[in-house]
Amino acid sequence: MIETDGLTKEFENFRAVSDVTLTVRPGEVLALLGPNGAGKTTTVRMLTSILKPTSGWARIAGHDVARDPAGVRANVGVLTEHHGLYFRMRSEEYLDFFGELYGLAPAARRARAGELLERFGMKEAAGKWLGEYSKGMRQKLALIRALLHDPPVLLLDEPTSAMDPQSAKLVRDAITDLRADHRAIILCTHNLNEAEQLADQIAVIRRGRIIARGTPLELKHEWLGPAVMELRASTSLNGVVNELRDLVEIMDYGPDWVRYRVADPALTNPQVVQRLTARQVPLLTLSEIPRSLEAVYVQVVEADQ
Amino acid sequence: MTLSQARFTLSRALIVTRREVQDQMRDWRIIAPVVVLTLFFPLLMNFTAGQAVAFVAEYGANIVGDRLIPFLLMVVGFFPISVSLVIALESFVGEKERYSLEPLLSSPLTDMQLYIGKMLAAMIPPLFAAYLGIAVYLSGLRLSIGWTGDPILILQIVALTTVQALTMVSAAVVVSTQATSVRAANLLSSFIIIPFSLLIQGESLVMFWAQYDVLWWILLALLLLTLVLVRMGVQLFNREELLGKDIDEINLKAMWATFKINFVGAGRGHGVGGWYAREVLPTLRRLRLPIGLMVGALGVAILVGYHQAPLYRLPVEAMNISDLGARFGETLKTIGLHSTSGAVWIFFINLRALALATALGIFSFGVLAVILLMAPLGLAGYFAGQMTALGISPALFFVGFILPHGLFEIPAAVLTGAAVLRLGGSLIAPPPGQTLGQGWLRALADWAKISLGVVIPLLVIAALAEVFVTPWVAQMVLSAAGG
Repeated sequence: MIETDGLTKEFENFRAVSDVTLTVRPGEVLALLGPNGAGKTTTVRMLTSILKPTSGWARIAGHDVARDPAGVRANVGVLTEHHGLYFRMRSEEYLDFFGELYGLAPAARRARAGELLERFGMKEAAGKWLGEYSKGMRQKLALIRALLHDPPVLLLDEPTSAMDPQSAKLVRDAITDLRADHRAIILCTHNLNEAEQLADQIAVIRRGRIIARGTPLELKHEWLGPAVMELRASTSLNGVVNELRDLVEIMDYGPDWVRYRVADPALTNPQVVQRLTARQVPLLTLSEIPRSLEAVYVQVVEADQ
Repeated sequence: MTLSQARFTLSRALIVTRREVQDQMRDWRIIAPVVVLTLFFPLLMNFTAGQAVAFVAEYGANIVGDRLIPFLLMVVGFFPISVSLVIALESFVGEKERYSLEPLLSSPLTDMQLYIGKMLAAMIPPLFAAYLGIAVYLSGLRLSIGWTGDPILILQIVALTTVQALTMVSAAVVVSTQATSVRAANLLSSFIIIPFSLLIQGESLVMFWAQYDVLWWILLALLLLTLVLVRMGVQLFNREELLGKDIDEINLKAMWATFKINFVGAGRGHGVGGWYAREVLPTLRRLRLPIGLMVGALGVAILVGYHQAPLYRLPVEAMNISDLGARFGETLKTIGLHSTSGAVWIFFINLRALALATALGIFSFGVLAVILLMAPLGLAGYFAGQMTALGISPALFFVGFILPHGLFEIPAAVLTGAAVLRLGGSLIAPPPGQTLGQGWLRALADWAKISLGVVIPLLVIAALAEVFVTPWVAQMVLSAAGG
């Protein structure tokens, strides 16, 4: 569980993070979106007890970041923005080193490292120096390092940024599995598709402040308006469109289709279908027009400018 | 810290040390110079020593050869440990630059464990190389010219080599915490390299003059300096300081703002009176400890000066005080001291002395400032001792010659010394929650408040007293003493 309340960080002459309040429950992924320099890394560093909050508080798996940094660091796995590997090491000795730092027994860390290397398809590269790894491999090894001590909380900064599509899918699947395993995860990313795919909650941070927060659906509703539905009939609509105007806001229509905005689709859509049936117009499809998180993000950031 | 906690800290630190030493052993840029300096260089020094001894023996100057051999021993020990500076800078700031420090900082390692682990990693391979080099050099000498050397001298050089490595590495940590790139750290390391070059030159002189006892004092001074640097390093090597800034910048505006807020203050109270109540008095209270230290140091200076007087007596003619009382006033008038311009002159002399003490103190954690301010009081003690030899009470001397202006001048010196000590202290142990720069600027603001609000007014009064009151009182004392 990750909880923060009024989390603020000031440096000598500027405020990097201001009044951030978040809750991420076990089994939830929160995607932290925002432009470069928005305060994502500083927030993650406070949640890892690397930086001390100037005011406010944060708890990681019940450990206060200011009062119990050792407890926090033992319970959090961090994938930093830059992988920061040691190039003159091999993957197994690298993981063995971090396993020892996290207090794992030799046999346990060997087993865990082997399991994770296997899972992420890194076993074959075990004999190579880390300096010889591709960017994607380095990223995967850094992710393995974050998972090594099996932490209940994960803070992942751009986990798929340098990966090929196949590796990125592997990592996304892993994040989904980790969420299913009741871990609380914060995912900092610029990849909005990835955020939409993985996140239960989205928070947009800009100039150190959270400027929007909610589930992807809530944010879309709040920033892009009510859902837009598209209805297609197998024959001509035959004037039915005008009869729908008291129920929905018609946006556009053609001979056999109509697109409308509706505030409460669960209540209104059955009524729309009823009217069509009453006029003996056979319904072909009724679906929501997909609206991207990117559109929400652009709206949110523009509104804050 | 209990023994078991210390053992645990060390065991965790050694995880870091092992990894870093292993990493160094895989880097030919470290291995190559270490091997050269460990094996090739001592053999070269053997050859040099053998040739030099043979050459100078031809001219009967065996003493040069005798002095050269221990000097080269010191050089053989020093060269490999000079690598420790590079390793330390690379280990501390290089990791930061390559972003590999953050995963370490995210782990459960404490700052202290990481600090010790990295310190050991930077020291062990170069020290091992230095010891090996010394052993190779000594073995070579024994085999080639049968030189065995004084075991105490060898012990001194080994100890000096060890402490020098420790000093360099602990200084490198301090430098590293203030730099965000290896380039910046290398530039800052000239603050280590230049003093060390001077130290080696000084040690060379000591070796050639065969004043080997001085090496113990150098060792002691280096140990004290290392303690200060380690204290600073432990204080500065923390996660907040290491990752709290991303670029090296001199933000004069922010620096001025920090200084100003600490100098003027942000509380209530207007005008000069308000400033004294709000800022100057609390600053004086904050300076209690350094003020106590300064009072103690100046007291010691007087005592030392007083006890030196019997050892270094002034010539009898200089101590003829039978008609000094009559001549005293005339002398003062002749040199123009018995006037307002004399007071101005004295004021600026005193001000210059305190400014010099401050300047020296800034570069020596306050130590040179204290020594400089102790000197005049030491002299006063010395003259009091001379007066005692003439049968004049030292108390009478102090009352007549020192006290009238000293009542103002000595507190001014005490306060300046205390404020400069605090400046030095702010570098050794920055206040919690503040960076090194913030802590130092705050201490500088305290120094400025004390200087402007208390020291300068005291110096003005002291200068006037020294010109218009002290001579009068001194004349009375001298007349009374001269009978």
